[in-house]
Amino acid sequence: MKLLEPGTLLDGFVIEECIHSGGMAHIYRVHYANGANCVRDPGFPMVMKIPRMTAGDGAENIVSFEVEHQLLQVLTGPHVPRFVAAGDLHHVPYLVMEHVQGQTLDHWLPEPGEPHTPLTPDTLARLGAAMAHAVHSLHKQNACHLDLKPANVLIRPDGSAVLLDFGLSCHAHYPDLLAEELRKAVGSPAWIAPEQVVGVRGDPRSDVFAIGVMLYELATGELPFGAPKTDGGLRQRLWMDPRPPRALRPDLPPWLQEVILRCLETEAAQRYPSAAHLAFDLSNPDQIEVTARGERTIGTGFKEHFKRWLKAAGKHYQPSPMPSQQIEEVPILMVAVPHHDVSDATLYSLRQAVARSLGIRPGARLAVVTVISPSDTSSTHNDKSETNVHRRHLTQLKQWAQPLDLSGHQTSYHVLESNDVAQALVRYAEGNHVSMIVMGAATHGLQIQRFVATVPIKVAMDAPCTVILVKQQTPFEQLNA
Amino acid sequence: MKLALLSDIHANLQALDACLDHAQRHGATQYALLGDLVGYGGDPAAVMDRILQLASAGAVVLQGNHDEMALHPPAQSDRLGEATAGWTHTQLTTEHRQFLSALPLTARLQSCWLVHASADAPEKWRYVEDERSAGASLEAAVADPQVRYVFGGHVHRQTLYYKGSGRGLMAFAPTPGVPIPTPAHRQWIATVGSVGQPRDGQPSAMYALFDLAQARLTFHRVPYDHMAAAAAVRRAGLPEYFAQRLEEGR
Repeated sequence: MKLLEPGTLLDGFVIEECIHSGGMAHIYRVHYANGANCVRDPGFPMVMKIPRMTAGDGAENIVSFEVEHQLLQVLTGPHVPRFVAAGDLHHVPYLVMEHVQGQTLDHWLPEPGEPHTPLTPDTLARLGAAMAHAVHSLHKQNACHLDLKPANVLIRPDGSAVLLDFGLSCHAHYPDLLAEELRKAVGSPAWIAPEQVVGVRGDPRSDVFAIGVMLYELATGELPFGAPKTDGGLRQRLWMDPRPPRALRPDLPPWLQEVILRCLETEAAQRYPSAAHLAFDLSNPDQIEVTARGERTIGTGFKEHFKRWLKAAGKHYQPSPMPSQQIEEVPILMVAVPHHDVSDATLYSLRQAVARSLGIRPGARLAVVTVISPSDTSSTHNDKSETNVHRRHLTQLKQWAQPLDLSGHQTSYHVLESNDVAQALVRYAEGNHVSMIVMGAATHGLQIQRFVATVPIKVAMDAPCTVILVKQQTPFEQLNA
Repeated sequence: MKLALLSDIHANLQALDACLDHAQRHGATQYALLGDLVGYGGDPAAVMDRILQLASAGAVVLQGNHDEMALHPPAQSDRLGEATAGWTHTQLTTEHRQFLSALPLTARLQSCWLVHASADAPEKWRYVEDERSAGASLEAAVADPQVRYVFGGHVHRQTLYYKGSGRGLMAFAPTPGVPIPTPAHRQWIATVGSVGQPRDGQPSAMYALFDLAQARLTFHRVPYDHMAAAAAVRRAGLPEYFAQRLEEGR
């Protein structure tokens, strides 16, 4: 489709200037012909995306148009542009959606030929966490983006991320129009995950991989795998590790390399099991357990690569279960451990409940949380300094968790400061995509009551997830009897 | 037009009523019954009465292999299903039998081709159970250029087959209750599942609702009083196996 002149009228929309002219589509600013008075006006700025080709061409970008239309209609939340209207495929295919303010990640990358201005680890973690939050929200809706790259991630002025361009995406509720029985790679070569190379569409960890590629790019200014142009080059993705980012940028902290390289593992099972887990690490860098993966500065050797190359030769397509189901299997579990007025029996029962919950969810991650009052710390008394008080509570939390078998469960410990315990717990759960909160039914000596909004009742009412209220259990009662 | 597609009712009155009620509440304006109206179940006469009513109100009704068998039951058979055909035969009135024997094997409603089994040889009762057999059925049906959709039953499973980017068909397992955009510039073939004898481990009845104007197809699962349906099978003195089947959805 040729470029439209500003002022052109299309199905009640007035075309304004073209703000993006990509390989697949033109994007114009638009408004309704009778402006904000129009009953259909959604009350936010809009853009219209028109694919370059039309139905007659039968090209892939018409299918992409269908796919994007399918997804935009059903996706919700702050991390996707709101959908307004679509044009008829046989007439003029177009999609009208919210014009989200912000800048794409390209903004943080150097122009071709320009030197790379390194971003601070803080900025990298913030951008990475924003992407991971957005991607997790998509996965919860049963969709995988599958074409994440800097041009498709927009950062709003408030720092949150919005995902763009769902033309190659896949939603488990709809037939995947881009799939074919030969299972070819669909995606952008530089960012595509290994399993996508063999045609897997629908594994949320493919998006985790792409976030890893973008973080690598943002950290070092280089693409971890280049941009392969041949099928053979793409298949390298199945066995090749990139050069450790710290080889290119020695000042990068090991925790950040640990995160990036974990995203970039060739085996999906070795990566973060969900974007929520990734967001969690990027929001809590001090809790990341740095392994050799984070420290190393030389790349994977020939022998190891050769072994993996042999293994990769047999890799082939396998169908994926629903994304929402996949991420439900790897929840983030949060336990609220009281630090005063608490009986041993309660602490014991909490531990039993956590052990049971972790036992049936092998991939779950555990966040052990306690809430202290801001008045517990003091800037004048050294023994009550924030660092010291926090350290003391962290030690207590670790002691509490010590009898748990935490092998295979990433675990972290957090001291929150707030006067409102319930609100602090709920906010923490919201911010970290916690799937289940385990807490005592009676806290601070207050038994569960019908009419008084105790902390557990408030949490149970306001939490964005399941709350398990644990009652004091044997053996203590029996011992007393 | 909102077309309710009901197949393999198998003389299950409770399931049929639940699906009809569900379809009505979801705005169905046209009904198509894709065959196997009787057989296995305990209420063939009552189910036929309902279907006769629907037919006189304009519903499309097709014949299935079990309907044929109920008209001409085998004199003796080792197969359980065929054994029930004899009993079913005795339950049907002359009017029921006349109606059944006059039923067509296929029908077209606008862009939809309807058939109990496979459109490429309806009388052979071939199963549309994979991409290849779905392809054969679709290909035969779209010989009529107006046809974009083929709906059938017979396999007791809900599956949508569509053309992806490749040459062959792809199978898709729908999520119940989710409207699937099925634009008419593509060709689609679906098996709508079984109203009266689900076999996937869930007792709830299956049918599909197709909104032609919106080009959206929704597969539904409808819970119904399956214990009552099983009781009817027992009351009729039919093999216990068919009662348990309804209780467990297997």
